[in-house]
Amino acid sequence: MGLVTPELGTFIWMLLAFAIVLFILKKFAWKPILSALKEREDSIEGALRSAERAKDEMAALQADNERILQEARKEREAMLKEAKEMGGKLVSEAKQKATLEADKVIESARLNIEGEKAAALNEIKAQVALLSVEIAEKILRQQFADDQQQKDYFKKLMDEVKLN
Amino acid sequence: MKNIHRFLLVFFLAVSVSTVFASSDEHAEPASQETHEKEKFEPGSFIMDHIADAYDWHVFSIGDFHATMPLPVIVYSQSSGFHMFLSSNFHHGHASYKNFSIATEGEYRSKVVELVNGQEVRPFDISMTKNVVAMLISMAILLWVFISVAKAYTIRKGKAPKGMQSVMEPIILFVRDEVAKPAIGEKKYEKYMPYLLTIFFFIWLNNLMGMVPFLPGGANVTGNITITMVLALFTFAITSINANKSYWKHIVNTPGVPWWLKFPIPLMPLVEVMGVFTKPFVLMVRLFANITAGHMIVLAFVSLIFIFGQINTALGLGTSVVSVLFVVFMNLLELLVALIQAYVFTLLSALYFGMATEEEHH
Repeated sequence: MGLVTPELGTFIWMLLAFAIVLFILKKFAWKPILSALKEREDSIEGALRSAERAKDEMAALQADNERILQEARKEREAMLKEAKEMGGKLVSEAKQKATLEADKVIESARLNIEGEKAAALNEIKAQVALLSVEIAEKILRQQFADDQQQKDYFKKLMDEVKLN
Repeated sequence: MKNIHRFLLVFFLAVSVSTVFASSDEHAEPASQETHEKEKFEPGSFIMDHIADAYDWHVFSIGDFHATMPLPVIVYSQSSGFHMFLSSNFHHGHASYKNFSIATEGEYRSKVVELVNGQEVRPFDISMTKNVVAMLISMAILLWVFISVAKAYTIRKGKAPKGMQSVMEPIILFVRDEVAKPAIGEKKYEKYMPYLLTIFFFIWLNNLMGMVPFLPGGANVTGNITITMVLALFTFAITSINANKSYWKHIVNTPGVPWWLKFPIPLMPLVEVMGVFTKPFVLMVRLFANITAGHMIVLAFVSLIFIFGQINTALGLGTSVVSVLFVVFMNLLELLVALIQAYVFTLLSALYFGMATEEEHH
């Protein structure tokens, strides 16, 4: 029966000791241990999460890079194409302009030549007239050296006038 | 390590001091010792003496030589007042000191009684008995181990656990993640963690120390009804203090029960109120009974050797082989039971806390 009868003395000792130990352990052992464990778990979780985030960021960055590269490539292509187009246009424009200029030059040259030609012709004409007058004068001087001949020719001219 | 050495040194000193006391006892009463030794072997009292609490701590006996550690007897008597003396004054229960003696029979068998006018009167007894001292030793170990572990956590902040710290960490995590969290719930478990960890390690350590047959083990702390009663009372008090409205409502007016079970005769409330007290009561009895029973079986197997040895020495030797095998087996089982009982007590306490703080479901 003694085995199952609680003892007051033991009860008091146990109650006191257990309460004190519970208090001390709570304050100086369990609190720091549990908080350290929690802290460590949190830090591990945080590290894992940040690693995950870094991975995501890396992937995003890579995708971004890829996109930027793609864009750059496209842009370069577009630029090349534009440059080609521009070059072509420039060449054709230059050609056109050159043609136009050449045409203009040719035209003006032609006009010039024409003018020169006309002037030359005029001069030649005047020269020829002068020369012909001179020649005519000389011939006439020669032909009308004797009077008979002068009279004949005069007569002939007169006849012609009459005919008119 | 240094601390362990110092700790052991203190104990060996204490034991050696007690052997001096013990040897002086023999000179005082050689005759009575002789007759005691020649007595017939009583397995019943042999087992009870090993399980029950005592006023001194028996370490070993070789023939007539008994090595015991005397413990302080603290009594308050209504007739003679306050007394404090060492239990060695009783000379292993054979002598009386200042009218105080250890009763050998009757209601107060193996307890300190005072002889007042020829009658044995039980004084108010707050002696530091074997169980009390063993309990204090276990608590000192708990304090030393866990405060040093806590220190390791602050010194090695954010680093991997090492040494004692890495031994205790999985156990602490087990109590937190497998006992407290599922039983109480993620939100409220933190408040109860210190208590749950304390009872878990206290019970486990004392269960293990109870299995060690010599000092500082050998005391049957968790197999003592008073100790388990205090533990159960703590659980009961924490449950009742933290219980919410819905818990009390469930006791007084259990929902989902036909009204005629509550109204003319409050059958259901009675059952529920009984349940409030049976829960800690069962905790108390379960731990006490499991540990005591385990010790009894081991002691019974050991007794077999002596019972058969009294009949015939050869028979005793033969039995000893079987007995020792059984004792080894029982000790291995007890090793498991030590952990399981600590776990069960902690788990059930956590479940009661969980029930008391559970939010009302609609």
